Amino acid sequence: MSTPRATEVRVYNRPMSTWWWTRRRTYFVFVMRELSSIFVAWFVGFLLAFVYSVGRSEAAYQDFLDWAATPWVVVINVIAAAFLALHVVTWFSLTPQAMDVRIGGQKAPAAAIIASQYVGLAVVSAFVLWLVTR
Amino acid sequence: MPSNPGSNPGSNSGSIRLQVTRYRPESDSEPRFQEYDVPLRKEWTVLDGLNHVKNEVDTTLSFRWSCRMGICGSCGMNVNGDPKLTCAAFLDDYAPGPIRVEPLANFPVVRDLVVDINDFMEKLPRVKPWIIRDDDALLDGDGEIDGEYLQTPEELDAYKQFSMCINCMLCYAACPVYGLDPEFMGPAAIALAERYDLDSRDHGARERLDVLIEHEGVWGCTFVGECTRVCPNHVDPAGAIQRYKVKAAKENVMAFLLPRGAR
Ligand code: SF4
Ligand code: FES
Repeated sequence: MSTPRATEVRVYNRPMSTWWWTRRRTYFVFVMRELSSIFVAWFVGFLLAFVYSVGRSEAAYQDFLDWAATPWVVVINVIAAAFLALHVVTWFSLTPQAMDVRIGGQKAPAAAIIASQYVGLAVVSAFVLWLVTR
Repeated sequence: MPSNPGSNPGSNSGSIRLQVTRYRPESDSEPRFQEYDVPLRKEWTVLDGLNHVKNEVDTTLSFRWSCRMGICGSCGMNVNGDPKLTCAAFLDDYAPGPIRVEPLANFPVVRDLVVDINDFMEKLPRVKPWIIRDDDALLDGDGEIDGEYLQTPEELDAYKQFSMCINCMLCYAACPVYGLDPEFMGPAAIALAERYDLDSRDHGARERLDVLIEHEGVWGCTFVGECTRVCPNHVDPAGAIQRYKVKAAKENVMAFLLPRGAR
């Protein structure tokens, strides 16, 4: 369905700059949040390699530890940890918008939804910690 | 009218400079800025400032407005880079200025501060923003509508927030996805689809989903969230879109798990 126009006007289209994401703080945070996914993928790979080496032999495990201690891997891991924190904080804070949680017909407050995710994260982390240190 | 632009410009606390986009398609190859000093009054909005210019300084300036009270949605512009209803943006909040007033971002400029929103007008009916029924409970013998569908306050509450949209297009101006890909259906259209989906009187969810699970539909959205932040009526289009994604994903899983008839 298109609306017929009385006169054809010569409109001006403003092209979007390649640097649009640096123009607003919120856009910048968004792009960093998207970028953080790469580091999440890195950590997944890192963990898989770790588990794989543990499964293979003690020597392989030692090799993995040596590799993980090389400066560039440490640097990457520090950066990755920062991005992972950003990933967690930003996505947890967005959840209440995506989930319409109702308790007894009432909309659950956003703060409660966010808090419950951190509780969940703490419980899972504690369980993993118990699993590997027991 | 206490805030009538142009009335007694002497009684003010100084002035503030507006840097206004000018574009005249018949003579300009691209937009440029023009500066105007307007009286800085406590109760004046950016729109009042523009009206002052139009009435007292330069009658050739073009811009849209109507209600002056945040209802009609026609006065949206980018003020210092932020999409705003200019009738709700006070000059005082930008003092000492200057204030940059530009046409809403992401839309083609027709003239000065006027943009072409035809793209949205063409997209809107595609999400079928009206009540769809799969029965004809209210039709009388002659096929005329007779009676009304009742609704409880809770049922109204379920969609009320999404029904507050005034089509001001601030969310489209704030959305980088729409700016980069004009095919994207956009925040307000999807929020409106959600408004009808959540309406207890409506049966059209399936039809709308077919349109919205296309690539230019909800999956185009990367959840920047800026639409929700700029919306003057707290519609939360970003929330509507994410909920749609959840619905669409559920639909996919169901389609995968269940035979067609069971859905
Ligand atoms: S959703 Fe909000 S910002 Fe977007 S058009 Fe509607 S009222 Fe304006
Ligand atoms: S003039 Fe109607 S919303 Fe601003």
